[in-house]
Amino acid sequence: MAGLQPSLAILRSRRLLPSVWDVLVFGLVIGLLALIAFGGHETLQPLAVANRRPVSLNPVNLPYYALRTTLRMLAGLVFSFLFTFIYGALAQKSRRAEMILIPMLDILQSVPVIAFATFTLAFFLNLFPGNVIGAELAAVFEVFCAQAWNMAFSFYQSLKTVPRDLSDVSDSLRLGGWRRFWTLEAPFAAPGLIWNAMMSMSGAWFFVVVSEAISVGKTTITLPGIGSYVALAIDQKNLGAIGWAILVMLVVILIYDQLLFRPLVAWSEKFRVELSAASGPPPQSWLLDFIQRARLAQNLFKPFQVLADRVVRFRTPYKVATPQIVTEVWSSRWMDYVWIGLIVASSLAAAWFAISFMRTEIGLTDVAVTVGYGFITLVRVLVLIALASLIWVPIGVWVGLRPKWAERIQPVAQFLAAFPNNLFFPVAVVTIVRFNGLPDVWLSPLMILGTQWYILFNVIAGASAFPNDLLEAAASFKLKGWAWWSKVALPGIFPYYVTGAITASGGAWNASIVAEVVSWGKTRLEAHGLGAYIADATARGDTQRVVLGVAVMSVFVVLLNRLVWRRLFDFASRRLALN
Amino acid sequence: MPAAAAVREAPKTGEVMLDIDQVRQAYPRGPSNTLLVLDGVSLKLKSGEIVGLLGRSGSGKSSLLRIIAGLARPVDGKVTWRGRPLVGPSDGIAMVFQSFALFPWLTVLENVEIGLEPLGVPAAERRTRSLEAIDLIGLDGFENAYPKELSGGMRQRVGFARALVVHPELLLMDEPFSALDVLTAETLRTDLIELWTEGKLPLRSILIVTHNIEEAVLMCDRVIIFAANPGRIAAEVRIDLKHPRNRDDPAFRALVDDIYVRMTKPLEAAARAAQQAAAAAHGGMGIILPDVSTNDLAGLMETLFGDFDGKADLPELADDLSMEVDELFPLAETLQLFGLAEIASGDIRLTEIGRRFVESDVDQRKRLFGEQLLARVPIAALIRRVLDERPSHRAPYRRFSEELEDFMSEDAADETLSAVITWGRYAEVFAYDEQSQAFSLENPE
Repeated sequence: MAGLQPSLAILRSRRLLPSVWDVLVFGLVIGLLALIAFGGHETLQPLAVANRRPVSLNPVNLPYYALRTTLRMLAGLVFSFLFTFIYGALAQKSRRAEMILIPMLDILQSVPVIAFATFTLAFFLNLFPGNVIGAELAAVFEVFCAQAWNMAFSFYQSLKTVPRDLSDVSDSLRLGGWRRFWTLEAPFAAPGLIWNAMMSMSGAWFFVVVSEAISVGKTTITLPGIGSYVALAIDQKNLGAIGWAILVMLVVILIYDQLLFRPLVAWSEKFRVELSAASGPPPQSWLLDFIQRARLAQNLFKPFQVLADRVVRFRTPYKVATPQIVTEVWSSRWMDYVWIGLIVASSLAAAWFAISFMRTEIGLTDVAVTVGYGFITLVRVLVLIALASLIWVPIGVWVGLRPKWAERIQPVAQFLAAFPNNLFFPVAVVTIVRFNGLPDVWLSPLMILGTQWYILFNVIAGASAFPNDLLEAAASFKLKGWAWWSKVALPGIFPYYVTGAITASGGAWNASIVAEVVSWGKTRLEAHGLGAYIADATARGDTQRVVLGVAVMSVFVVLLNRLVWRRLFDFASRRLALN
Repeated sequence: MPAAAAVREAPKTGEVMLDIDQVRQAYPRGPSNTLLVLDGVSLKLKSGEIVGLLGRSGSGKSSLLRIIAGLARPVDGKVTWRGRPLVGPSDGIAMVFQSFALFPWLTVLENVEIGLEPLGVPAAERRTRSLEAIDLIGLDGFENAYPKELSGGMRQRVGFARALVVHPELLLMDEPFSALDVLTAETLRTDLIELWTEGKLPLRSILIVTHNIEEAVLMCDRVIIFAANPGRIAAEVRIDLKHPRNRDDPAFRALVDDIYVRMTKPLEAAARAAQQAAAAAHGGMGIILPDVSTNDLAGLMETLFGDFDGKADLPELADDLSMEVDELFPLAETLQLFGLAEIASGDIRLTEIGRRFVESDVDQRKRLFGEQLLARVPIAALIRRVLDERPSHRAPYRRFSEELEDFMSEDAADETLSAVITWGRYAEVFAYDEQSQAFSLENPE
């Protein structure tokens, strides 16, 4: 994976305080999710699908399972790209669409990924009754949800920052909308988009594994894949099988990285706009070199190139002439009021719908209890981030300042971040049970098992990028010890650290649903917290409480992002950026 | 496609191609404010001539070019191209950009070819015409290079080839040489003029925006001088010298001097207006101040004192400092505002206070500068007075930016305050803390 500048797209948004708009959009998103969940629930039969070919623990089957899992990942990625292009372009071209689409991404980003699967499972199953495709789609949708929001936001941000002169020249040449998209907008967005896709891949692996063996109430899904293999191994207390699964997963991610993302990232370098040489060596990929050098490979790709060329060159008119009166009415202020009215009305309707369904089962005390659980999980997340920072910041700085080490450790850290660490959970459970650990304490580290690496590799990236002359200046003034850390190193890496910590925090919230309740055979460990609350409600098929838990968690995540992380990020980019 | 097809006979002169009539352009600034950038601009462009639009930044010359290119619509006025109203990017008009505006992910050939695609030219013809244009502009052998592999001059040649490949009648150029180093720019200018005079360019007219006076005199048949705030045409100068023109030719120098004088006229007028405004009711708060550094001001005065004995011809001074009009004028203006120098008919002269400043040491300079600042810049005086009056000796940024916004746009208010903060800090008449966005009287120990 490439050591590019960390620039998570979602952080670029400037607004800090939640506005009325956010509340409305929040109502809309949660309301719609609830609608889908309840709608599915009403018609939910005990669908005994997908168990026709039971999963076996024989390691020989693992490559096949791994293939199935990988195909789901690829399908999710394809859908994410499609969604990104449409959503991002829509948000950029239409001011009215932008008003709603962008806050919506922010909220969607805060909804725990696993919730999408719980809400939509019944919907997908009903789409293809009695067929395994519905379950497959649900798993693919989970991959999609782990990637698409961040990618769409990155794409939108790129579209917003297309260089003025290139935009002018496209207008001046009268490139039609379609050609402009493929000549200017998509290439310009490519590096950021691919980088963001790669960064959200870890979440995708995590949740594809979870969603292959998922139970919502009476419905249990088992899709052949690494996730269901691990689930069965947990059920049968087979630690050896878990070991095999981890091994195969390592290989799969390595291949995925080498054959897909590394070539993509190296290739996307071509689309960087800065005409001057970039800092540091550009990312390399042996596969890309091979394709670009070998004639055979080129011939292999030729038909695709020709096809792509045809598609891209499809001519659309530069501007469609619309009658004056239509343009005037369409762009008038009154149309804005109509549009805003529509949004407000549908948000209120969705929220009212959600609340009226919840009220049958849930009272204010339930809400209070859920918020209480939210605070427990919040404390966990914050303490864990602090601990992880204490450990990884010094190590990251040390490594980052030594190029030889950084070169070797950086890929490992990025690899660990991409690994679906839920495969390690059984190992942890066995250990906790053996030593009789307190679940409320010892289950917590699982939440950050996978996401702590973001802190490490961002700090390494920051320390590597630290200007050498500043280091030498510090050395010449004989700055040492705490003075060196507080005046030189920490301010220097802070922007990078914040980026890593935000990702880690988001990942920890997401992971809490899986990490606060774990089992090993019949043994079940449960910590108190919002994650466990949601997981339990999901297992019971208690849709109302799932919706409540998810809504509360989303609010926690949004508030934490706005009130803490984005402020730190703003401060970092305003005061401590080194360029 | 025979190469001869691209070559036309010497351009016929006289026919009006582009007619600009009473054009006004304004951009919204905030909910109720608009910024007027062009006011009552009328201009006729005839075939066979190269016309230069010359003015300082902010004089609206680039806005006018964008209107002609069809990239912007004027709020008022008529633009007629070949007898028809111009409503967007039009056939027969091509543009060359200051920043080259090449797609980094396309090769030289692809960058040129793309100009023909929207016209529906078949692939084979696209290829031959692009190769011709590349050939003409001297890029042979670079067809498959990517822009980042090329030097700045070569990149701009690609920009020219892309514009010429569509065989436009009018070529628009927006400061095409200002992003290049001096030598490269000169080569490119000479090559272009040579192609033009030999009739090798598939063009009937060229419109070039520039802030470089010598460049305008070197290339153009007619120079239109723009004045700022709001942008309008101040003067027009015909240049009948034969190509190739010689910069050392006395006639050439005389034209450059003449244009300098014409461009400093509005400067003198502005200074007078500022003085009048200072006397008026709102105490000169409406002057937009350029954010120039005190180092540059001091450097300019030292050069004036040391190399020119206190009085210099502006073009010579610019030449001596290798500065462009755009960089020199704000400095000269600021010196005039502070009463440290005076500008008259193309000359700049140090005043008595200016001479004293140059001869002083650092602390005296600061004191002198501070005195002038408080005496002649009303907003600085206001900041100091408010700070003195308040018991806390602190005042927020917004207290003053809002006051300024009664007279100017938000951006202009920010720029003005930024200038005043720089000067106030240098003179140590007040301090400013960026973190808390507040002025104060305390200077850090």
